[in-house]
Amino acid sequence: MDAPPPQPPSPAITREAWDGCSVLLDINDGDRLAFFRLTPAATVKIGNKTFSLQPLVGRPFGSLFRVGADGLVPCTAADASSLRDDNTRDGADGQVQDETRDNRSLVDNNTAQNLSSDDIEAMKRDGATGDEIVEALIANSTTFGKKTAFSQEKYKLKKQKKYAPKVLLRRPTARRFMRFDTLSLLLSMANVGPYSDVLVVDMVGGLVAGAVAERLGGTGYVCSTYLGKAPSSIDIIRLYNLSGDMTSRIVQAPLSELQNFGNTPSVPNDSSQGGVTEPIVVSAEDTQLTLAGQGDTSVSDEKPKLSTEQPIDMEVSEPLLEEHVQDETSSLDSKGNDGSSITSKSVKHGKAPSPEKMTYWKEHGFSRFLNPGFVNTRQVLPSRSHPHMQMNAFGGYILSGTRIHNADAVIANK
Amino acid sequence: MMVPLDPAGKPTSQRRIAEGDTVVVYERHDAMRAVAVRAGGVLQNRFGVFRHDDWLGRPFGSKVYSSAAGGGGRGGGKAGGGFVHLLAPTPELWTLVLSHRTQILYIADISLVVSYLELVPGCVVLESGTGSGSLTTSLARSVAPHGRVHTFDFHEQRAASAREDFERNGLSSLITVNVRDIQGEGFPEEHRGAADAVFLDLPQPWLAIPSVSLMLKQDGVLCSFSPCIEQVQRACEAMRSCFTDIRTFEILLRTYEVRDGALNNATVNEDATVGPRPQKRKKNTSSGENLDCIQKTSVLVRPASTAKGHTGYLTFARLRV
Repeated sequence: MDAPPPQPPSPAITREAWDGCSVLLDINDGDRLAFFRLTPAATVKIGNKTFSLQPLVGRPFGSLFRVGADGLVPCTAADASSLRDDNTRDGADGQVQDETRDNRSLVDNNTAQNLSSDDIEAMKRDGATGDEIVEALIANSTTFGKKTAFSQEKYKLKKQKKYAPKVLLRRPTARRFMRFDTLSLLLSMANVGPYSDVLVVDMVGGLVAGAVAERLGGTGYVCSTYLGKAPSSIDIIRLYNLSGDMTSRIVQAPLSELQNFGNTPSVPNDSSQGGVTEPIVVSAEDTQLTLAGQGDTSVSDEKPKLSTEQPIDMEVSEPLLEEHVQDETSSLDSKGNDGSSITSKSVKHGKAPSPEKMTYWKEHGFSRFLNPGFVNTRQVLPSRSHPHMQMNAFGGYILSGTRIHNADAVIANK
Repeated sequence: MMVPLDPAGKPTSQRRIAEGDTVVVYERHDAMRAVAVRAGGVLQNRFGVFRHDDWLGRPFGSKVYSSAAGGGGRGGGKAGGGFVHLLAPTPELWTLVLSHRTQILYIADISLVVSYLELVPGCVVLESGTGSGSLTTSLARSVAPHGRVHTFDFHEQRAASAREDFERNGLSSLITVNVRDIQGEGFPEEHRGAADAVFLDLPQPWLAIPSVSLMLKQDGVLCSFSPCIEQVQRACEAMRSCFTDIRTFEILLRTYEVRDGALNNATVNEDATVGPRPQKRKKNTSSGENLDCIQKTSVLVRPASTAKGHTGYLTFARLRV
């Protein structure tokens, strides 16, 4: 099927948040990540206060906000530099090699801080800003000066998070949603690119289907297929800011219907086998788009819910949705109308494939079977570089193969 | 045509192998090569002699037989029994078959870079150096059909070879190859504020970072690939003035060997004692046939005994808004 030519190049990425768009808020540098829709009524709860999200509309993605007297306000350059990644810079630069301080004189008896919680409450009532409170806490700490520069920064950051929270406005892109190394490999190995027709078995709420649609950029089709009568949910698609062009390229169809078109070679009786499918061309006729309306506000719920008070390591909190990945398979394939297949790529991800699947692949194509061993994030600072303690230790299995031309069909043609 | 530029070129089209096409000849799982198809052309390998003329008009994915025994004799055998498969090239296959003029990036790093740079169709991306063009090909697929990859290498001859490769793979309209020392001169002014993403694979990436911050659009993403942590450290220091969200990753893949085999000892079923011998007996009991099929061979999987333990560190950062 000839896809209509895509629209002439408009900016590929909208870089400012707009009214009604979906955004990802990063609260306190990764402590909490949550999706919101910028509706007039949308709010975010930070600590025990609720703030309107209206100040975010029209601001560039990547903007940092702090809590002001009347709600969220954009940080000025000065505010920002006191907080972001470079906050370890002053303390860490150069000095580290000469650091003579260590923890020999620190005693953990809870007497180091001279300010009581009543004092802090009093400061708040008097209208002190969060940064002022943090300064006061440092000034009244008897041990602060004895800490290493590095641990002073850690202390400051911890207090800043509590008393002067910062909110970072992020663009929701596919890699924000699940283990991005696994998702990236799926998309690469399935050769997802412009004008592809991609068949997806997505049991993770449309996460993979949405990621594919993002890569297709309004060309080709992504068909989310499912077993049985009820389409699997693709609600997550609403969280990607897909353009109308892109969403119009997402269709759903039951696998049984796809299989009824044309003659199919015998497949192992494996329900999740996506290897035998018909061109999306055919299925597009009688599929219904079950995409909910764009203006739906119900997504403004915080999807990944993390405790505000308990700082959680970035590497733990980011791939939250992955917990829902149970047996998700994604595959891309195609067949000619005459039943003879042409080469295409098929990729599966999820639990270890069954022997039947493996055998099928050995007979019908070339396969590579791999799993992202690990992705390790590193702290890189002068004299303080090391891998983070938490890492993604397992990204599921990915089985990838190239469909070869049906040998019998070749002989029959001769 | 590795990356379709219009609907007719889509991977699901019924296009047949034509003269001038690049095909990936699959000999074995560990032996593939890229071949440009031309009339009168001949491919000779251990499986025999293959005439390109026999390939023309066939669908991609076809199995083709040799017309004469191979030079090595092994495997090729009697009356040209050897065969290969002809696959359509994809950026992933290309990475496995391209000629290494430099150290290249492999699939795990490549896929992570493309995702993390948030590339979608229509984006503009800058890359330096070009090297052997392994990553460049995947970048081109991710920004096609209307986006653009501007890639720079200081090595004139290498740039020319890469340009030829892109030409042959039908990527010329997506990729411009330039000769320029990015560490010394920075990226050209014409790309100022126009890049959605920048990728650096340079020996001293910190020298190029000030220029990168001028090239990127607001909230644009930078990735720097370095094998050594000392390089990463200096690059991170350079990034801190204009960039935020600085993250360094290392990604490693575990591959598995998959093969047919029999688990002789493990089975309690005496019928399953492998091999063709019991088959005769089996035929008598048709009900046992199913069982036999299942038991005869198993698929054995184990992690490959060797793997890449390190390729390089990927450091990502966003231009501060």
